[in-house]
Amino acid sequence: MPEEPASEARVPHVQPVAKKVRGTIKVTHNRCKGCGFCIAFCPPKVLEFSEDYNSHGYHFPTLKNQDGCTGCDLCGLYCPDFAIYGVMQKYGKKQ
Amino acid sequence: MTEEQMIAAAPEGLAEELPPNPVEQFLRSERMPHIWCPGCGIGTTVNCFSRALLQSKLDLNKVAVVSGIGCTGRVAGYVNLDSFHTTHGRAIPFATGMKLANPDLTVVVYSGDGDLISIGGNHFIHAARRNVDVKVICINNFTYGMTGGQLAPTTPVTAISSTTPYGCYEQPFNLANLAESAGAVYVARWTTYHVRQLTHSIGEALRKKGFTFIEIVSQCPTLYERRNKIGDGLDMMEYFKEASVVKHGAATREVGIGFQGPIVVGKFVDIERPTFLDLMDKQMTRTLDAHYTGSVVEQNVRG
Amino acid sequence: MKRTHADPAGVLTGTHFLDGDQACCEGALASGCRFAAGYPITPSTEIVERFAQRVPQIGGMFLQMEDELAASIALQGAVWAGAKSFTVTSGPGFSLMMEHIGYAAMTETPCVFVNVQRGGPSTGLPTLPAQADMMQARWGSHGDYQIIALCPNSPQECFDLTVHAFNLSEQYRVPVLVMMDECVGHMTEKVVIPPAEKIEVYPRRYTTLPPNEYQAFKAEDDLVPQFARAGEGYHFHVTGLTHDEHGYPSMNVETQHRLVTRLIDKIRRNADAMARNEEYRLDDADVVVIAYGITARVAMRAVQMAREQGVRAGLLRPMVVWPFPEKRLRELAARNGFAGLVVAELNCGQVFYEVERLVAGRVPVLLEPHTGGTVHRPEQILDAILKCSAPRPAGTPALQEVSR
Repeated sequence: MPEEPASEARVPHVQPVAKKVRGTIKVTHNRCKGCGFCIAFCPPKVLEFSEDYNSHGYHFPTLKNQDGCTGCDLCGLYCPDFAIYGVMQKYGKKQ
Repeated sequence: MTEEQMIAAAPEGLAEELPPNPVEQFLRSERMPHIWCPGCGIGTTVNCFSRALLQSKLDLNKVAVVSGIGCTGRVAGYVNLDSFHTTHGRAIPFATGMKLANPDLTVVVYSGDGDLISIGGNHFIHAARRNVDVKVICINNFTYGMTGGQLAPTTPVTAISSTTPYGCYEQPFNLANLAESAGAVYVARWTTYHVRQLTHSIGEALRKKGFTFIEIVSQCPTLYERRNKIGDGLDMMEYFKEASVVKHGAATREVGIGFQGPIVVGKFVDIERPTFLDLMDKQMTRTLDAHYTGSVVEQNVRG
Repeated sequence: MKRTHADPAGVLTGTHFLDGDQACCEGALASGCRFAAGYPITPSTEIVERFAQRVPQIGGMFLQMEDELAASIALQGAVWAGAKSFTVTSGPGFSLMMEHIGYAAMTETPCVFVNVQRGGPSTGLPTLPAQADMMQARWGSHGDYQIIALCPNSPQECFDLTVHAFNLSEQYRVPVLVMMDECVGHMTEKVVIPPAEKIEVYPRRYTTLPPNEYQAFKAEDDLVPQFARAGEGYHFHVTGLTHDEHGYPSMNVETQHRLVTRLIDKIRRNADAMARNEEYRLDDADVVVIAYGITARVAMRAVQMAREQGVRAGLLRPMVVWPFPEKRLRELAARNGFAGLVVAELNCGQVFYEVERLVAGRVPVLLEPHTGGTVHRPEQILDAILKCSAPRPAGTPALQEVSR
């Protein structure tokens, strides 16, 4: 490793473009029957019951925060009512 | 798909237009919502089944689903495939006739423990014995759900059911052992908690030639759990998570399930054996030689 | 609907010496049946034994299933995959198949069930004849439904009426029952099988609509829906639950009424068109014997004996017993000076009650029963004819029963 000139600060090597995987969910409110599987088994634990409820009286799931969801779709696999699923997304370029 | 492939396929940015739920193309959406209770596991298995079908790249026009009577039997009515809701216990012989008349079809039997193993028990063992090429998905919730939670041949000893109000005292069947003993070439058990493994197993079974059996231990919160005071659907799922032990290749005689006891899951049997049709063709050709013609289905059906 | 001709591969053209069971098998093969599922039961087993031997060389298969419950539904799975299928049985097996006969009626599955009737009830007389399943044929499964039942009286008719059974099942999308008996089944006679081009076959009513327009249980003008088979992209649903035109479960009063009425009317409305009777000396008959199957052959002798004694007797032999030939019966019963009807059957009274009901007291109806095990002697039927034609005091005709 060559010796860095002592007078220059170390400049971190940053990729001009970074792809980060993020995800989001889509919920069909009226299908939800409030079983709680998606919330319990979400790996990053980003789901919670909404304050709102559907026409059958069930509180449906909602994202606690947009950034935490990885779009793994485990919620979609678990949901017995086909009311929720996850989608993987990419954010664009980061300078 | 590998994770790299999934990332590569994912849409850019925060798209307004998300791709649809992969299960949606398999549902008769006009028939939603379905009749299953909140917290029931059957819908979860349908998610796994649909993803397995997608990944298998099978021609969906050639997949037929045959079910019997019961809560699980209703799956046939909700999936957007050629589907047959038959009589109690007789999905397997119906499927046998269908598959043998048109071997190009992939025939999946999707039914419950009471339907397949109690009233359907005789047909189950004979189809396994013969290695009829049908894919059996058996949802075992330890009870007869649709009719109100009666004793099933899988109900564990001491469990309460509507016909054993003082607790079950009959030894239940160990379904994996029964399937293996009868001759099934693929035997696996998962619970509704093990969604990814289940999807994978269903995919293997779809590709496998011969009588395949997947037991899916599931919750019945309205009846089995409520009567036995063991919580709701989520509580049962937590139990599945805690109590399951993955043991691929386990000896099936050792994987019986006691009341709220450990559940051994995994792929227990995966062997090769000629199917019923293979054996028939081979024997007929040996005896009849050039005089043997196998096909039953009329080719020119539109006159 | 345009008819086609039999596939020569299955037609054993020629003059043969066959028993009824063998002839029935040939009838199935001639009709294009290439799939059979069955379970051994005397005296029907020979039908499928022959099928098992013949069909692999024609292109098809016989499945011996583990029981009649399996056999009666496996054949329906094969139908929905596109094959023509049948099964054969006798009394105890017929009872086991009842649920699936009802399933076939409810799902409008075209198929044929053959019952070679034997003495009953229960295990009864496995190797001896009876005709005691006739009401069971009509009403055996639960719920309201209609079936078609045919009764051959000879090995030749076992061939002809089995072909006819397949044709009726395709035309009306209904299970058709061929109600043989052990005597006809095990009797050997000349059977002439015509060339394939002379045998008419009713083709399966496959839809030509594209999948997005097709509704699996939407009826055409004759109340019969178009058929689709699995594997062609129709993604249809079949269920035994009360269902709508799409085939989806729809369990409410209106759908029940619409569906069950159509299933019944589908057959009843066409009962006259499907009637097929043999009439012997009916033109001037005062006493008419009604008999079907093997009993009709004895009855014909009895009618001849009566004529020799100067009694104007005649024979009405329905080959299609269900739906019963109401129209013809009522015509006969309405004749001036008609003395009465004799119903001779190899049971303690089954079709007799249908005749009594239809005649509604206008003329006497005498039953000439037999508990089974062998056929009537002509003298027994003659006695009933003479009793029927004997002068009676004026007044309301009495309904009498000849008991033995």
